[in-house]
Amino acid sequence: MEKIMKKNPLYFCLFLLPTLLAFMIGFVVPFGMGIYLSFCKFNTMNDAKWVGINNYLQIFQGDETFTHAFWFTALFAVISTVAINVIAFLVAVALTRNFGGTNLFRTIFFMPNLLGGVLLGTIWKILINGLLLSMKQTLTTNGTYGFIGLLIVMIWQQVGYMMIIYVAGLQGVPDDLKEAARIDGANDKEILFQITIPLVMPSISMCTFLTLTNGFKLFDQNLTLTGGEPMHQSEMLALNIYSTFYDRVGWKGVGQAKAVLFFLLVGLIAIIQLKITQSKEAD
Amino acid sequence: MKKRLALILASAMLVSSALCSLTACSGGGSNAKGHVYYLNFKPEQDQAWQDLAAAYTEETGVQVDVLTAAQGTYETTLASEIAKTDAPTLFQINGPVGFANWKDYCYDMTDAAVTKELTSDAFTVKDGGKIYGVAYVVETYGIICNTKLLQQAGHSLDEITNFETFKAVVEDIQANKAKNGFAAFTSAGMDSSSNWRFQTHLANLPIYYEYKADGIGKTDAIKGTYLDNYRAIWDLYINNATCDPGVLSTKTNDDAVAEFVNEQAVFYQNGTWAYGDVSAVGDENLQMIPIYIGAEGEENQGLCTGTENFWCVNSQAAEEDIQATLDFLEWVATSDKGTDALANAMNFVSPFKKAKEASNLFVKQDAAYTAAGKTPVDWCFATMPSEAWKDDVGSALTAYAAKQNDTSWEAVKTAFVDGWAKEVAKSKA
Repeated sequence: MEKIMKKNPLYFCLFLLPTLLAFMIGFVVPFGMGIYLSFCKFNTMNDAKWVGINNYLQIFQGDETFTHAFWFTALFAVISTVAINVIAFLVAVALTRNFGGTNLFRTIFFMPNLLGGVLLGTIWKILINGLLLSMKQTLTTNGTYGFIGLLIVMIWQQVGYMMIIYVAGLQGVPDDLKEAARIDGANDKEILFQITIPLVMPSISMCTFLTLTNGFKLFDQNLTLTGGEPMHQSEMLALNIYSTFYDRVGWKGVGQAKAVLFFLLVGLIAIIQLKITQSKEAD
Repeated sequence: MKKRLALILASAMLVSSALCSLTACSGGGSNAKGHVYYLNFKPEQDQAWQDLAAAYTEETGVQVDVLTAAQGTYETTLASEIAKTDAPTLFQINGPVGFANWKDYCYDMTDAAVTKELTSDAFTVKDGGKIYGVAYVVETYGIICNTKLLQQAGHSLDEITNFETFKAVVEDIQANKAKNGFAAFTSAGMDSSSNWRFQTHLANLPIYYEYKADGIGKTDAIKGTYLDNYRAIWDLYINNATCDPGVLSTKTNDDAVAEFVNEQAVFYQNGTWAYGDVSAVGDENLQMIPIYIGAEGEENQGLCTGTENFWCVNSQAAEEDIQATLDFLEWVATSDKGTDALANAMNFVSPFKKAKEASNLFVKQDAAYTAAGKTPVDWCFATMPSEAWKDDVGSALTAYAAKQNDTSWEAVKTAFVDGWAKEVAKSKA
């Protein structure tokens, strides 16, 4: 890259320009405006009035729901990350064995990904409520049901996607390494933990990164499955920000401030997580 | 040489595409006549507004665009539309709370022609002696009753004069549910398509009676004087319905409509706007009755009549667009086509002097109540502090329905009384 730039700076800039422009318009500028607005009281972007850090103080002083949403989300992200990755890995291992129909099964497992979150949430709401109604209860009877419901939906949706990444990783593990280990007397378990897993570490870090951030950013499924009911108990961070933004007169700035905190949080977690798994990757 | 040519061609392409997008931006430019852009609140009337707009354009040549926000998304749509260069010139607010949110965008309509067409000053949103919002429809709600089923159950409307008598009729119908094949009430769904019937409209009654007792029109701290009555009517709704009270959160407004139209229940709480949904039952079998909650003097109570639909003109629109919008409103309120569309295509009772009589059955019944000397119940819910307040009360009502004891009713009280004060404080923060 640097070589090309030195050789032909004019071309470099020219070809980079459209993407750079799109990136500025679609990301950098709105992001900057978003940060600015989090320090303002506003209703639309044209009537923003600077109020300093007041919005950030409001999050912790005037609003009880944010901290609950934070812990609810954190717990959800951790549990869903573990569950999705373990299941996806096992499915991937199973589907890289030699037997008929693996391609068919891979396709079937991948399919839920093609549906949108809102649609998924609505379908699963009907399904789960259908079951719970026979016990005269619903998904929103208490926050725990909502939590489990969200877990089911997320696992169902994401296992297929992560499975594809793991399948690619597993196929990249050379057979001769496994054969050599077997000749040296290693059993299946040792081969899995000593050879396969270290070699697919790049896939694992990729997948944990994706599932962890997906867990934190979850919105569509939360909105349609439970809507945060009952009493904000199944409300995750993104939905909490959304309802802060729209449910109260003059609280758009507070919602914006929450969104900025949310960005910092997800960014921080992703960086830490990436550093940890990368240090474990085999070279 | 080739390289230079490629470079020139590439930059030419870039420049031309940039120019294209620039010109496209200003393509929809305004003309001297101005134009009207109406962000409509009511999805049921979308087609009627589109037709009316087309008729106006044909008559005057002024362009009128109508966009309708999807159910329950008006505030979010308005917030994003109004920030655009081509912002709505005409939008609506729901009363004083909505005005507080949008006052920077509300044009002073005190001297507008359409304001002078109003039959009463009561149909405006005022601030400091100036008028910023003009109501265009007056609506009524109550309990819609299927009189044919009521008769089949061996009762008549004459029996129902207050909460006690109503309760007796309801409980008798429910007791004979198996025999008759229908329940007293449709499901009191707490899905977002239906929860406003209870957390907003039904909650209006305890607020109305409290305001009346205290002689006030709004408050920063509700006392909850009539909350026991609220509990009594809510108990009646949920325990005498087509469904188990534990499953209300899954029930939608469509469910309730279907139950009512399919003759599975006698009573369905809703308003004039639902006439189209239930008209299949037949005009001769439909009667809207007051919602009695057991307050003193309620024998004289009529239906709940008011408005939460006020037109506002965008004060930040271009001068000629504001004028075009005001002219359009005057035309809607006074012209033959306009008044006809309001009354017949949209089934509105409009508070304008030249308004035509609406063909809506429930509207006529409301007029009959008023003519008989009954006092209509005001719409006090426009003074509810925020959407968050309504949702919290709704959540608590749902939880109470599933587990009916004093502890869970305490939660409703807390959401109602303490929540009110909290939300008022938050909106002032």
